[in-house]
Amino acid sequence: MNKYEPVIGLEVHVELQTASKIFCHSSTTFGGDPNHHVCPVCLGLPGTLPVLNRKVVEAAIMIGLALNCSVARFCKFDRKHYFYPDLPKNYQISQYDLPIADNGYLEVQDEDGNPVRVGITRVHMEEDAGKLVHQGTDATTPYSLVDYNRTGVPLLEIVSEPDMRSPREARAYLDKLKTIIQYTGVSDCRMEEGSLRCDANISVRLRGSQTLGTKTEIKNMNSFRALQKAVQFEINRQIECLETGRRIVQETRAWDEIEGVTLATRSKEEAHDYRYFPEPDLVPIVISPSWIEEITRQLPELPDARCRRFIDEYRIPAYDAGVLTGSRELGDYYEECVKIYPQAKTVSNWVMGELLRLLNDTNSEIGESRVTPRQLAEMLTLIDKGTISGKLAKEVFGEMFRTGKDAEMVVKEKGLEQISDEVSINAVIEQVIASHPGPVADYRAGKDRALGFLVGQIMKDTRGKANPGLVNELLKNRLR
Amino acid sequence: MELCELTANELHRMLTGKDVRAEEICLSVFRRIDKTEDQVKAYLALHPEEALEQARAVDRKIAKGEEISPLAGIPIALKDNLCTKGHRTTCASKILYNFVPPYNATVVDKLNGQDVVIIGKTNMDEFAMGSSTENSAYQQTCNPWNPDCVPGGSSGGSAAAVAAGEAICALGSDTGGSIRQPAAFCGVVGMKPTYGTVSRYGLVAFASSLDQIGPLSKDVTDCALMLNAICGHDPMDSTSVPTELPDYREALVTDIDGFRIGIPAEYFAAGLDDHVRRVIEEAITVLEQRGARVEETTLPHTEYALPTYYIIAPAEASSNLARYDGVRYGYRVEDAKDVLDMFSRSRSRGFGAEVKRRVMLGTYALSAGYYDAYYLEALKVRTLIRRDFERAFEKYDCLISPTTPSTAFRFGEKVDDPVTMYLSDVFTLAVNLAGLPGVSIPAGFVDGMPVGLQFIGKPFSESTLLRAAYTFEQSTTHHLKRPSLTPEVE
Amino acid sequence: MLSREVVDHVALLARLELSEEEKERYTTQLSNILSYAERLQELDTGDVTPMAHVLPLQNVFRHDVVGEHLPSEDTLANAPDRQGNNFKVPRII
Repeated sequence: MNKYEPVIGLEVHVELQTASKIFCHSSTTFGGDPNHHVCPVCLGLPGTLPVLNRKVVEAAIMIGLALNCSVARFCKFDRKHYFYPDLPKNYQISQYDLPIADNGYLEVQDEDGNPVRVGITRVHMEEDAGKLVHQGTDATTPYSLVDYNRTGVPLLEIVSEPDMRSPREARAYLDKLKTIIQYTGVSDCRMEEGSLRCDANISVRLRGSQTLGTKTEIKNMNSFRALQKAVQFEINRQIECLETGRRIVQETRAWDEIEGVTLATRSKEEAHDYRYFPEPDLVPIVISPSWIEEITRQLPELPDARCRRFIDEYRIPAYDAGVLTGSRELGDYYEECVKIYPQAKTVSNWVMGELLRLLNDTNSEIGESRVTPRQLAEMLTLIDKGTISGKLAKEVFGEMFRTGKDAEMVVKEKGLEQISDEVSINAVIEQVIASHPGPVADYRAGKDRALGFLVGQIMKDTRGKANPGLVNELLKNRLR
Repeated sequence: MELCELTANELHRMLTGKDVRAEEICLSVFRRIDKTEDQVKAYLALHPEEALEQARAVDRKIAKGEEISPLAGIPIALKDNLCTKGHRTTCASKILYNFVPPYNATVVDKLNGQDVVIIGKTNMDEFAMGSSTENSAYQQTCNPWNPDCVPGGSSGGSAAAVAAGEAICALGSDTGGSIRQPAAFCGVVGMKPTYGTVSRYGLVAFASSLDQIGPLSKDVTDCALMLNAICGHDPMDSTSVPTELPDYREALVTDIDGFRIGIPAEYFAAGLDDHVRRVIEEAITVLEQRGARVEETTLPHTEYALPTYYIIAPAEASSNLARYDGVRYGYRVEDAKDVLDMFSRSRSRGFGAEVKRRVMLGTYALSAGYYDAYYLEALKVRTLIRRDFERAFEKYDCLISPTTPSTAFRFGEKVDDPVTMYLSDVFTLAVNLAGLPGVSIPAGFVDGMPVGLQFIGKPFSESTLLRAAYTFEQSTTHHLKRPSLTPEVE
Repeated sequence: MLSREVVDHVALLARLELSEEEKERYTTQLSNILSYAERLQELDTGDVTPMAHVLPLQNVFRHDVVGEHLPSEDTLANAPDRQGNNFKVPRII
């Protein structure tokens, strides 16, 4: 299969988190009763006109900057025509020949961990369509229900260059794109809620060839996993086509998650002809250098820069920095914690270890964590002070994660405080010596391993609370 | 003279002088409608109860000594492509036969805010596509001056209603002459304001970059009052100008001494009826007598205005009319087997012949492979047409021309030949392409049929046009003539 | 002269189901109008900027503020067919 090289480009749609829709004052709230968040404008009633939401332009400029694009000085909207019941005007207001931003890139790692640039062809603004629910079967009479709540929710379409060469690279690109967008705060990028949608253009060619093969467009991939699987499937399918001498048809195919295959779809419009022309109801947008500067100032530190800073500033390994800057919230969490408890690597271990594990187990996100950065820092201080052992700390943290209580309270309530007074420990030592004469004799006969058994018994009797260093020291003295 | 034959300005003075009640004015108009509507057929819908209620509310205000707006209590008709909340708005199309908008057009809200009495919705060419109102899916409106002739179009119902005394004033819309041409045919004043002066929000779109709402009235004074009432910035319309606009009443002075007026030679070329030419020449003499300096000028790209218009307007229309698909409102075929079938058959049965013709034309002009040759080329020629006007306005305060090449034609005369029909707009549509203001006023008669004189100005020079038009009007008596549709009416 | 195939294609794009008689008529009439429009090609427009807007307006925006939505009954009052608060359409293929 190494004979062929896959060529992958992605078209990503991101719903912007504005309060109101792109061209009217209806709410963008997800869900709700059908046809509730609508007004005459987004319903496309006769006589209504669009007025552009300024916030959408600002979000688009911000994403353009974050993706290293050049932001247009002049751009405009166009109408894209196709008949479909979820499109109230039977045209979509979009941008055709003058998108708001173009010619950018972002960096991902290839299969070998080397950085590669994926080009961003363009970023443009457009309105979302409504939702169709298909009902009935061929036996009864099939019909569809139309809900226009989503109609007019602002979208950015981000089109990449065909620069990706493997399913994993495609996934890494989407992951990086999502992270960058989340950092800017313009979208929550939830694939399951449809606020991030992805189509893939895929072709294969003989390795070394400079010309592109016939491409197919894959739709309906609803998760990152689905993207990777669908792209892999489609690459294999195309290679098989070529190997068996069949022709690849340029077409749109849908990913079938259950069967794990891509299937040709009947095209939306028999004749694809969108008849773009400049939207006469909207005036051009002129973006001044000072407007761009203003938005540049609002641009937060982006994941790549933050990752480099974490390595420099906190002296943590690149791997840790990569994980910790994987989401803006996680990075914020980490930094807040380090501010209070400056042993950066220890914090990194706990955040990447216990915290992420528990979040993963409970299928929750960092924002939902009941343990605050301050609480984690306080717990780490308790370990340093010897109040709890490192081993017990995991139990304490687990309890904190479940209940949101402070470490000290958990320790107190569960009686997990470390026993470090010699009198108490000696009392346990005497009991253990008395009840295990065999191992005591073994140790004295020079079998060092027997000491470990005795320490274990002491720890067991103190339910792990005895200070292990102290136990070792006192036991050795006693048996000398 | 009946109250319904007076102007808004006259009626306003009578109302404030307590010589008449708004209710009486309203009743007079409805009496006239009872008498003449069978012949004129100007209205698609009347709202008598609400109109009377609005009129009585104005009377109560006057009785309480409150100040009233210049159009308060004045019965006004609306073209049926202006959305009226709770009242059917059909655009004279079968496809919107039952459409009741849940909102008001901005101009309707503005008129309501000034206590205007809205009496009904007027007939028009379907979706404003036409020059004779023959393209209405519902009825033929007759020219009050001769029932065998068309009232012009597409605002034929509004023009006929005003001419017949079935409304004191009316609103129309003008995409290529649809206010000025019927105003000329019916012997009333009709103005298309500069693009962006009046909000288009709630005007059912025909060609968005050309459409503009404007008034039809019996004289220039009422035209100014109506324009005052409807103009101004609207945040709901991105193409509405945010600048402060003047009080157009201040333009009503009879003084054009030293005015420089250009006569575009191309508007007096072949195709212009000789009798109409003579009327316009007389009008020019009148203007000269009032001190205007009139001279011939040229708009070299005039011959390209019609083909340019007949690419741009249908292209935009094909897009604007895509939404009529039977899903959310309007006509839907009953027995559709699937969505495609529903779309295609609902649209085919819901739209009339002219609408379908233009939708086909516009779809073709925008489709792949033809866009550059037709649509893009038309947008470029539009620039050239605009430049012609800009050059002329370096020298002239305004331009004048006949509004139409002939007086109102007979029913059926041009209906089967689109290009001939389109030619009746040849003097008006360049004004829309260039986004300029234009006003047509009564200039005389040919064989008993009115002739319109058109004034064209630079953007936002409505005051200049009104002043020139007012001066002409006050020097003549054409605007005082009323059609004698029903001899028994005194 | 337009071909019948082009007329069929345009009718499909425009979602119009035309009768034979209409197709014939429109083929002739559109051809006439288009040949009339072809005189635009006579002009040298090489360096002319196309005019999509007559007004020099730019950057017209609204604030990102949520306003009133339509009451559901108003939204669906004109619906040719509905189920609950959804618009209902025949099957989509």
